[in-house]
Amino acid sequence: MRRFAELLDRLSYTAARNAKLRLLADYFRDTPDPDRGWALAALTGRLDFGAAKPAMIRALIESRVDPTLFRWSYDYVGDMAETVALIWPDDSGARDQPTLGAVVDHLSRAGRVEASRLVADWLDALDATGRWALLKLITGGLRVGVSARLAKTALAQRGAVPLEEIEEVWHGVTPPFVPLFAWLDGDAGPPVIDLRRAFRPLMLATPLDEAELDRLDPAAFRAEWKWDGIRVQLAAGGGEARLFSRSGDDITTAFPDLMERADFEAVLDGELLVARDGEIAPFNDLQQRLNRKKVTAKTLEDFPAHLRVYDILFHGDEDLRARSFDERRARLEAWHAEENPARIDLSPLLDFGDWDALQALRNDARANAIEGLMLKRGDSPYVAGRPKGPWFKWKRDALTLDTVLMYAQRGHGKRSSLYSDYTFGAWRPREGTGEGTGEGDAEEGDELVPVGKAYFGFTDAELLQLDKWIRDNTTERFGPVRAVKPGLVFEVAFDAVQRSKRHKSGVALRFPRIHRIRWDKPAAEADRVVTLEALIQG
Amino acid sequence: MTSVRPQSQLPESWLKVTSRGLYCEPGDFYVDPHRPVGRAVITHGHGDHARPGNRAVLATPATLAIMRKRFGKDAGGALDEMAYCARREIGGVGVSFRPAGHVLGSAQVVLEWQGCRIVVSGDYKRRPDPTCAPFEVVPCDVFITEATFGLPVFRHPPAEEEIAKLLAARQQFPERAVLVGAYALGKAQRVIALLRQAGYDRPLWIHGALQGLCDLYRAFGVELGELRPATGAAKKELAGEIVLAPPGALTDRWSRRLPDPITAMASGWMRVRARARQRGAELPLILSDHADWDELTQTVREVGAPEIWVTHGNEEALVHYANSIGRRGRALALIGRGDEGGEDEQEATTEPAEA
Repeated sequence: MRRFAELLDRLSYTAARNAKLRLLADYFRDTPDPDRGWALAALTGRLDFGAAKPAMIRALIESRVDPTLFRWSYDYVGDMAETVALIWPDDSGARDQPTLGAVVDHLSRAGRVEASRLVADWLDALDATGRWALLKLITGGLRVGVSARLAKTALAQRGAVPLEEIEEVWHGVTPPFVPLFAWLDGDAGPPVIDLRRAFRPLMLATPLDEAELDRLDPAAFRAEWKWDGIRVQLAAGGGEARLFSRSGDDITTAFPDLMERADFEAVLDGELLVARDGEIAPFNDLQQRLNRKKVTAKTLEDFPAHLRVYDILFHGDEDLRARSFDERRARLEAWHAEENPARIDLSPLLDFGDWDALQALRNDARANAIEGLMLKRGDSPYVAGRPKGPWFKWKRDALTLDTVLMYAQRGHGKRSSLYSDYTFGAWRPREGTGEGTGEGDAEEGDELVPVGKAYFGFTDAELLQLDKWIRDNTTERFGPVRAVKPGLVFEVAFDAVQRSKRHKSGVALRFPRIHRIRWDKPAAEADRVVTLEALIQG
Repeated sequence: MTSVRPQSQLPESWLKVTSRGLYCEPGDFYVDPHRPVGRAVITHGHGDHARPGNRAVLATPATLAIMRKRFGKDAGGALDEMAYCARREIGGVGVSFRPAGHVLGSAQVVLEWQGCRIVVSGDYKRRPDPTCAPFEVVPCDVFITEATFGLPVFRHPPAEEEIAKLLAARQQFPERAVLVGAYALGKAQRVIALLRQAGYDRPLWIHGALQGLCDLYRAFGVELGELRPATGAAKKELAGEIVLAPPGALTDRWSRRLPDPITAMASGWMRVRARARQRGAELPLILSDHADWDELTQTVREVGAPEIWVTHGNEEALVHYANSIGRRGRALALIGRGDEGGEDEQEATTEPAEA
């Protein structure tokens, strides 16, 4: 556990990619099985402990330290796991530290009561960094700035096996990955796995820099709509079918309406959507189907799942990924015509002569479920990862709106001393006055109602300015939240407007972020709720 | 001391909080005044305790040497040295110094008047430090303490572990320099001495701002080994070397002369991750010259004082603790310290320079 804690500690402070890779590679080289495998699982999000919940940790600490001192400490530190790690009575050295393997092994078999006892014993045995690492590990959420891709890159740096081959087997191997490490060490061949219904890493697009368009040949590219759903991979064969999210999570059981009829032999790449009679529903509807393990008959009926495919990776046992996009497209169309599968249709290719024509298409794209365009080279093979050049995403321009800062909340982690989370509002006639159209500048009788919340889109220097402004203009305080006088305008960018029952305004913004801070603009000139209502989709 | 003291003998009747700092009325002098006064008694040489321009100054020989080095002619009018353990009467008030273990020359000021003893501890720590005399417990009626790290989350790990972290990072990245941000008075010399204790005998490279105080420490008999100026050294020469600079230089253009430096920051604030990130530390070293929570509470217990006055830092928690063990805890609202929202303000804007 000590080495793992040191690794997380160093990673959490290291920004440079190469330095992170060195830390990871050294760790994987020097740490024995199974600990290094469990560490890899933790870093790549493949560990989940149901038994250890934040509430349990809180109960443990409250039985050990003065609650007043704990509260002040948490308020100061801003992170529960860290506060507990720091404040836990220090008795380290009195007992042997557990290994990472032992922690995983015991905790995965423990019930709730047993887990609580185990965790308390480990916290007693570890030092502050060890306690922090343990708590991050068991509550899920290491947040040390390491993506699964980076961890795998560190494995590939050992030289024996290239990254692409590691990616290829990744979803067929399981923690603690002993055969994988044996292969990487050169002590064994590749792990033996059944790849037929395994997740294949996706090919991703890079954002298009419009300045580059002139250097690209329109004839070399194919265009599709960029659908506003979630990217999935459907792998079917041998009478079984699985649906994976873009990160490789198996989400099959949440979509029986789609999967029960997938009785073909192919691996498809496409967008998961909700559609009624061929009509795509807003993303909001799809959200009713996401993050649920079980679905009711009513949900299935109200929010029917649909797959819009744009690529085929395997047909039967034939791997098509090395073929060009055009060849795969032809195979995809042929396959679709032959199978005519239920609830699966093709994402159409768009006709365009030159970039201007495409630009015009993109500008008109305000329909439901369209986020913009995808550009794919006709000669591009299907390559895992995010290669720059073959595929581009060209999102339509964001919408913007002038809103007024209403509440600010202290951030957590890095921003725990700064007011960094902002709730902003738009004007509307005060309830009960019922006068006028509610257009134009705010007047007496108008009120602000919250329409969204954002915590990024500004620089560190702006954050300091905002923090100061908030402290100088506070009207009320509620714990970590301050209400401020309506005096600061944020130009907020967002992708769409949806109806919301949570907000008093009845509307909510999708993906809001601070676009510009309008220090210059009077709050009365900010936008009104009616302006947002006009943008609602669906 | 009788159990019922007349009003005039309450400690707050002769040692008062004023706009210039702590004022001893019968002796007519201030302890660590933050504005120029007639007579000042100074606990130690850090800038928030020792200020220039007082007409008369009483301090330990090392503290006066530090003040002369920093302020030159402005160090004060009459500079009066007094060694640890010597005693002086000023206006009937007994004044003596005991080591505070904070930095070279740092002293607790022991004040005695009409049978009552008040200890103004200044800044202090309880851990061994090869560069200064260790803190001495002085039993007293009133103990005045700092509370810089006055929350139980602050528990400094053993200094040797932090130094080992520094040496391990240097080995793991031999092509990079390790740049240690350390306050010029006390912390820098302590880091150097700790590295020497750990057996590190290569030359250490220092920023020009550290030279004068390193020389002064040596003149007072502190061994620092070979020090070389980092300014002017070739970039290649500094790969795999340890360089020390004041915290302000870490993000300054000055640091661009170093080969891809690993930025290490030596401070007690490094215990809290958000603080360490705000300082841009890649290698936070939890090394402090201030007492941590355990040392503060240990000291409050050991001095046996029925009254604990807390000057600065997270005073509410230490007052809470003192009350919980039956002492009378009181926060002194010294001018220039934060208000109720001040804890945050202070973190966000002030240099935790002397932590």
